[in-house]
Formats: sequence, C-alpha cells, structure tokens
Amino acid sequence: MILIFTELDNGSIKKTSLEAIAYGAKVAEMKGTSAVALAIGNADASELAKAGQYGATKVLHAGASELATENAMAYASVLAAAVQQEGADVVILPKSGLGDAMSARAAAKLNGSVVSGVTELPDLSDGFKVKRSIYTGKAFATVEVKGAIKILGIKKNAIEAVAGSGSAEVVAFAPALGAGDFIAKVVSQEKASGELSLTEADIVVSGGRGMKGPENWQPLLDLASALGAATGCSKPVSDLDWRPHHEHIGQTGIKVAPNLYVACGISGAIQHLAGVNSSKVIVAINKDPEAPFFKAADYGIVGDVFDVLPRLTKAVLDSK
Amino acid sequence: MKILVCITNVPDTTAKISFTEGDTKFNKAGVQYIIGPYDDYALARAVELKEQLGGSITVINVGEADGEPQIRKALAIGADDAVRVNCDPQDSYFTAAQIAAVAKEGSYDLILMGRESIDFNSGVVHGLVGEMLGMPSFSPVMKLDIDGNTAKFAREIEGGKEYLEAQLPLVLGCQEPIAEWKIPNMRGIMTARTKPLKVVEPVAVDEMATLAQYTLPAPKGACKMIPAEEAETLIALLKTEAKVL
Ligand SMILES: Cc1cc2nc3c(=O)[nH]c(=O)nc-3n(C[C@H](O)[C@H](O)[C@H](O)COP(=O)(O)OP(=O)(O)OC[C@H]3O[C@@H](n4cnc5c(N)ncnc54)[C@H](O)[C@@H]3O)c2cc1C
Ligand SMILES: Nc1ncnc2c1ncn2[C@@H]1O[C@H](COP(=O)(O)O)[C@@H](O)[C@H]1O
Repeated sequence: MILIFTELDNGSIKKTSLEAIAYGAKVAEMKGTSAVALAIGNADASELAKAGQYGATKVLHAGASELATENAMAYASVLAAAVQQEGADVVILPKSGLGDAMSARAAAKLNGSVVSGVTELPDLSDGFKVKRSIYTGKAFATVEVKGAIKILGIKKNAIEAVAGSGSAEVVAFAPALGAGDFIAKVVSQEKASGELSLTEADIVVSGGRGMKGPENWQPLLDLASALGAATGCSKPVSDLDWRPHHEHIGQTGIKVAPNLYVACGISGAIQHLAGVNSSKVIVAINKDPEAPFFKAADYGIVGDVFDVLPRLTKAVLDSK
Repeated sequence: MKILVCITNVPDTTAKISFTEGDTKFNKAGVQYIIGPYDDYALARAVELKEQLGGSITVINVGEADGEPQIRKALAIGADDAVRVNCDPQDSYFTAAQIAAVAKEGSYDLILMGRESIDFNSGVVHGLVGEMLGMPSFSPVMKLDIDGNTAKFAREIEGGKEYLEAQLPLVLGCQEPIAEWKIPNMRGIMTARTKPLKVVEPVAVDEMATLAQYTLPAPKGACKMIPAEEAETLIALLKTEAKVL
C-alpha cells in the first residue's frame, strides 16, 4: 500500500502535492496495490476528493483543531499512525520544508528508509531504486532503498500531474496525539498575504543587483504580475534588504523548479544557479554579454533591464 | 550551556562535480572542501551563544579523515573539542544514528545543524536525530536566543517568518541570518592544533539505503540570443517554441 502526504494551503491541495499523489498512484500501479492520500489540517471534503482524480482511492483526513496550523512534529506522528493503520510500505511526500521534517521524524519512528529529492519514478526491476538530486542540482544519484518502509520526498516536476476521472472517498482520521508534539509555543507569524508561493510557482521572475535599488522593482513586479509569476531575488539583494529574505534564491536560499525562470540583472554566479538549475526554461536579461547566466540560460537578451522589462510586460499584455 | 554542532565536509560551492570508477565514486581530485555553509551559520551562532552564556561547544563530523582540516577550522572558530565518526556516510538515517549515539553520551542542551547539507541537500538529519533522541527539532531557524531554559527562535515559513518558544533541549537546523560566518583568527588557529579531536568508529545500523550510481545532468543546449530591440519576440518564442506560457 502506498501512502501519500498531501500538503494543504488555505484548504486547497498544493500543486506539488497533486504531483506527489500522481507519483504515488503510479508506484501503486507498478506494484499492483492502491494509493491512499493523507491530508492534515482544515479542508472541505470536496477539495480533498480531488486526490481521486490523480489516482488516490481514499483520503484520510486528520482535521482535528490542534492540527489546523502546520506543526511538523505532530504531523509526523499522524503520518506514522496512518502508515501503521494502512500497512503502507511506501510513503510519498512532496519535497518541502514540511515534507522533509515529517519524513525524517516518521522514518526514525518507523525505522524506515528516507530519501529526499527524488526526481523520477522508481526502478523496481531489481530491488527498489530511485534517482535523486544531489550537490544542489549539479548531479544525480541512484539510490537503492532497503528499509521495509520507504519514505520518499518528491521534487517538483518529478512527474506530470494530469487530472483523470477517478474518485476517492474521504475518511476522517483521528489518531491519538501526545503532548510532546505540541511542545513549542507559536508566539507570532509574519506572512505576506496573497503572495504566490515561490516553490509552487510555475513562473518566477527574479532580480539581482543589476536592478540597482529597491525603488526600481516596479518594472519587475509588473512583468511578474502580467505573467502570473512569483518574484525572487539574488542573495546580495536580500542581504541589502532590497527584498525580503524569503525571496532569496540559490545555494543558501530557496531552490525553485518552475517551468520558466526569468533572471533580471543577475550575473549568474554558480551559487545562484544552484537554486534555479531545475527550472525547465531559463531566460537571462543582462547588459553584459559575458554574464555567466547566458551559459545556463535557454534564451538571452543582452540589454538594460529598465528598457527590456517594460517591453516584455507590454508584449505579454498585448498577447492576452 | 552545552552545544553540539554538526558539520559536514563538502565540496566548495563553486566546485565542479564529477565522478570516477564508472560513476560510482565522487572525484575528489582538485576539489576544495569547506564546512557546509549552513553548518557554518550554526557554528557561528553557537560561538556567540557561548560568549554570552558560557559553556562549551563540541563539533561532530561523520566522515573520513580528509575532513579533519574542516574540523580543525571549526575548532579555530571557537569550538572546544571535536568528534569524528570514522566512515563514509551514504545515507541520512545512518548519519543521524551516528550523531545520536555520540549525542547520547553528552547530554547537550542544544544540537545545532545546518538547514541542509550541500552534498545531499536532504534536510532530514535534524528531524532524524531529534526523533532518535526524543528531542523536538525545528528548521530552518533564522534567529535564536536563549533565555534561561527557553529557546526563543524564528523559523522561515513560506512567504514569511514564525516566532516560536520551546524548552531546551532542542535540535535546530540553522540558516542565515542567524549569525555572520566567522573567520578564524591567528590565536584560534594556534589553539585549535592542541584541542581534542576524538576519532570513534561508527555504531552498527540497519542498512537503509546505498548509493548505486551517479549521473550528471544532460549538458545545456546553446542559449538563443534575442536582440534587445526585438525583446518582444521572446514572449512569442516562450509561447510557441518553449511552450511555457
Ligand atoms: C557560500 C556562498 C553561498 C552563496 N549563496 C548564494 C545564493 O544562495 N544565492 C545567490 O544569489 N548568491 C549566493 N552567493 C553569492 C554569489 O556568489 C553572487 O555574489 C551573487 O549571486 C551575485 O548577485 P547578483 O548577480 O545579483 O549581483 P552581481 O554579481 O553584482 O551582478 C549584477 C549583474 O547585473 C548586471 N546589470 C547591471 N546593471 C544592469 C542593467 N541596467 N540591466 C541589465 N543588467 C544589469 C551586471 O552585468 C551583472 O551581471 C553565495 C556566495 C557564497 C560564497
Ligand atoms: N556527515 C555528517 N556529519 C555531521 N553532520 C552532518 C552530516 N550530514 C549531515 N549533517 C548535519 O545535518 C544537517 C542536514 O543535513 P541533510 O539532512 O543531509 O541535508 C547538515 O547541515 C549538518 O549539520
């Protein structure tokens, strides 16, 4: 049996989790078994039933009020309880901060294997082998997974999630939880509201020091909004407080894997590229024809961002 | 305050990655090694906390002897002693079990790690160690203060930050801007030479995963250049050719 953790955002299943469900359903098909999804937090049954369209036959919903806010330790306990109840031997989670923390704690609870950063479906022809990303996207490793319970963190775009006509029944799940999982007190949260999530976004428009200052971000924001894109930045930009820290992309920041990454006035240092090298298509806009980003890009424009960005925005709006 | 800092010995962020022996071994030739950048943040904050509160810092690395220059560097930055678990770890569960075995001996108030290693990028060793020791774990922590027996810390969440409080002991995965990276000074480098570095053999752990084969990504095709005066054509190409709009 395959169990899939589905991450919720404001009551909706995240796109990366739909991919995780599709991945889990595919593994279930390969192994001749069924796929069950686990959702934790508040969500309507009609939204959760969507898991059926991606191949899950059942959705366990742990909707207890103390689970309404994200808590990796408590969620890991719920996950481990679900693994035991369902007798799951493969557990799929989307690779994310929450997914990684849950898979780690659940693996230690269940004495199972944990492999994070998986990029392809497993090879079951000889044991259980998966390909994972290592060295911050600069290489891959094929790993033989040997534990009786195998917990995999799936990277964005490891599989295409296409909605089908399947359906899933939603069943309430209420395992007993220990006080130990609620040990930390959340004092406060600062969260930009209505912002597109960088790690979920299909398009990311990102700015570097070539944007010259925080007051110049409008043309970039305009292009992002025309494209429906999330915005990111290079490390110096967040170090200088031109943009918030959670937008910082790269080796020491967020790793993104959008379909389209547009780099504006970013030189393309190897540490920045490490955070974007899983993107499907990369566009670099830089006034220096020798900028290293052009070596990593699919499309390049040698030009001034303040000239190019407004023209791209207009072209996007005109083409709608 | 007794702090354990877990450091990885990893290729420099600019290192070119390649493999040998039929793509089954990492090619160390010509590669410069560093303390993992996130681990370096954890170490820097540990040194500041020790200056503030007293106590001691132990660093641990699960790795082979060629990681000792990085362990010495951590001692030069301000750790008091070090443990190296002598092996070539290939799996997070195995690594975590080694750290947990050493940590059990030391009754640490804080176990600080990086948010992720830059060789495996798993982001799981802190959670594994936490669960193995029955300690809470949090990551990625970007601010940390200790007030008596309480840790007050901030964690990065999607689109923002979360401020938390919890009782020690804790396992925390750290990232910037928790502290500024520290550079060892001359005195630190001199004293590091004589600080204790204990080498221990790994404890036995059930085999959970092994590395079978490495591969490199397919080489990137040439970049299609679009003249700045025709910037608009990019949008058409992204639609019709790349099919991403
Ligand atoms: C251990 C380590 C970890 C790191 N981690 C990260 C990381 O996670 N993320 C990260 O981004 N960096 C990281 N860095 C820093 C990285 O090495 C680079 O310094 C950084 O990415 C450079 O940022 P930038 O391209 O915005 O700035 P710059 O290097 O200053 O480049 C600015 C670019 O803008 C162009 N430009 C200027 N004006 C214009 C204009 N008007 N129109 C068009 N183009 C223009 C210039 O030609 C130049 O290419 C790390 C470094 C280290 C050592
Ligand atoms: N071999 C190791 N030795 C010591 N600490 C490690 C080792 N591997 C991972 N860690 C610690 O665990 C953190 C997370 O690693 P990972 O789960 O591999 O991304 C790292 O930043 C280190 O602090």
